[in-house]
Amino acid sequence: MAGSGTAHLRGEGEALLRVEHMVVEFPVGRSGLAVHAVTDVSLDILEGETLGIVGESGCGKSTTGRAVMQLPPPKSGRVVYDGVELTALKGNDLRRMRPRLQMIFQDPISSLNPRRKVREIVREGLDIWEIGDKASRDAKVIEVLESVGIDPANAERRPHEFSGGQCQRISIARAVITDPKLIICDEPVSALDVSVQAQILNLLEEMKERYGLTLVFIAHDLAVVKNVSDRVMVMYLGKVCEVATPDLLYAQPAHPYTAALLAAIPVPDPGVRPEDQPVLGGEIPSPMHPPSGCRFRTRCPRAQPRCGEEEPELEEVAPGQFVACHFPLEPGEPLTFNNASTVSI
Amino acid sequence: MTTSATEPTTTGAGTGPILEVTDLKTHFETARGIVRAVDGVTFSLDRGKTLGVVGESGSGKTVLSRSIMGLLPKRGTIREGSVRFDGVEIGDLSAKEMRSYWGARLAMIFQDPMTSLNPVMKIGKQITESIRQHLDVDRKYANELAENLLRSVRIPEPEQRLKEYPHQLSGGMRQRVCIAVALACGPALLFADEPTTALDVTVQAQVLDLMATQQRERFMAVVLITHDLGVVAGRADEIAVMYAGRIVEKAPTSVLFSDMKMPYTEALLSSIPKLEHASHTRLATIPGRPPNLVNPPKGCKFAPRCAYAQDRCLEEEPPLLPGTQPGHEFRCWFPVGTPEGAEALARNRATAAAATTATTTGEPPAVLGGTT
Repeated sequence: MAGSGTAHLRGEGEALLRVEHMVVEFPVGRSGLAVHAVTDVSLDILEGETLGIVGESGCGKSTTGRAVMQLPPPKSGRVVYDGVELTALKGNDLRRMRPRLQMIFQDPISSLNPRRKVREIVREGLDIWEIGDKASRDAKVIEVLESVGIDPANAERRPHEFSGGQCQRISIARAVITDPKLIICDEPVSALDVSVQAQILNLLEEMKERYGLTLVFIAHDLAVVKNVSDRVMVMYLGKVCEVATPDLLYAQPAHPYTAALLAAIPVPDPGVRPEDQPVLGGEIPSPMHPPSGCRFRTRCPRAQPRCGEEEPELEEVAPGQFVACHFPLEPGEPLTFNNASTVSI
Repeated sequence: MTTSATEPTTTGAGTGPILEVTDLKTHFETARGIVRAVDGVTFSLDRGKTLGVVGESGSGKTVLSRSIMGLLPKRGTIREGSVRFDGVEIGDLSAKEMRSYWGARLAMIFQDPMTSLNPVMKIGKQITESIRQHLDVDRKYANELAENLLRSVRIPEPEQRLKEYPHQLSGGMRQRVCIAVALACGPALLFADEPTTALDVTVQAQVLDLMATQQRERFMAVVLITHDLGVVAGRADEIAVMYAGRIVEKAPTSVLFSDMKMPYTEALLSSIPKLEHASHTRLATIPGRPPNLVNPPKGCKFAPRCAYAQDRCLEEEPPLLPGTQPGHEFRCWFPVGTPEGAEALARNRATAAAATTATTTGEPPAVLGGTT
């Protein structure tokens, strides 16, 4: 899975966001070692599109989202947003881009300042950028709160008086108020109950239409990602495994890791005996010492010697489906697990 | 591999259900009033079987398990009803008396493997602690037992791991250690409170499969608490759906999925995004949010959010009614899949349609915000 390569990128001028060969590393103390959080990842998003990024914890999906925001800036690579090279910007120039790129976080309660009123939280972006006069800012706050389903009469309350789902609605209101084009949603529904999750997912779709948004949707739940995305990118240990339209990806996963992830989802159907389902063994290796070649090879049931020597590049296996694997699955071919699946820590 | 040592504690003599809970109530005294976290729950669980308890946050599923285990603080907690474990009433035992049950015959796995292990105690010591407490074995034998346990929960290099601290292991490995600690004395009943919520899907599948294998080998009963119907679907023999501190539907797993009667169960299932659906499918949602447990509404607790609700539901609380198949119970006046239910749903849809027309003709919308 070492998926490098840019075969899945579309034309230079077409995309709203284009990330090329992005690398993010974090130093480990003074040891000289580094955590290879994101290694040579490329992606692009057309205007109005939703890109879903999925993977297990530690795969670098959140780091990818944050590096696009330059929080922190990537070690190398290009991030072009709306024709502007973000990695080249510093200080005030970068700050001026912020209202056009927003973010929604996983924990709705801790991402809102508990000491401020909802009205102030939502309005802050307008105040900082001095958009409009006082009256129009107040009107905008009311409009945005209504659009996310929060009664503006409650705007004088503080976050602790709202439930998790309502706080996530407030976070969405805060993100859209500065009229951004792109919103990066980092696990926005992982902390919510299923019934509330459905409300927030529907709301995101509504907001996307209403404000003409482009979304990066980061999540670990494949079903959730399928529901919202136009294109899905599967990541593993800082690399891209597979990029495809959701229908193709879920119907005929080409990368063994994608197939294994899909097989591990619990199905709400008592007819399926989960114990009969094959399970991917082992755990994600340390990002400080990633395996050579394809990074998934230590857990991959199809791994061959070549996988350790040569890193696969993303290649198009079907129209709109790109996979980084030397031995991809044919459409409809099931992934067979040999029981000697490697257990590594 | 540890059965020989664990036999002394598993009586295995009884034939009745391992756990019988009758009208269990657990209320908390707070400044806002009395919170009815668990409000009259009755169920029984046979030996070696799995009960899945499903509900949203705040439905009382965690308090239920802690109340049965006797893990709640005495002060400020009002606990009524009967809990019989292996034929013995344990509902009114003191913490001191419960110590002979905890770890030995009743065990628990918690949601967060990061915080449920002692960070300053070696893994080995955490496992042998309960073995030495409850079984009459020497330290050397306890250590061997612990090593075997780690091997049985498929932790590689167990003898090495015994000498390590929890922070040296990954989340999935830590949850395996928690399982090993829970299984150490061969309990007859295991509570697993959201054991895999903090884990990745692939690790979740590994851990749940492991629990199922251990359960079969040890003929242990399991109460599997989760918010994810997908997790219990293939693994529980019976499922209890909780809402506002009560069981609102209980049935053998296959019956629950094929013949669900409670609108809440139906709504919960249909709000899960499904892989079969095309992307951008609009999800069914449950409007509103769970009721305030200090002043719960009169009538059916789910009525204010229910698509089937009628006037009767707001006035009169339905009792647990028997379903057509054995072991199926539900609390609803207008159940899903019955003529009454269909009629109620049709009536509500017609009223809602009329209300929307009224709104467009100038009336203010009835509900604005305050949802979720």
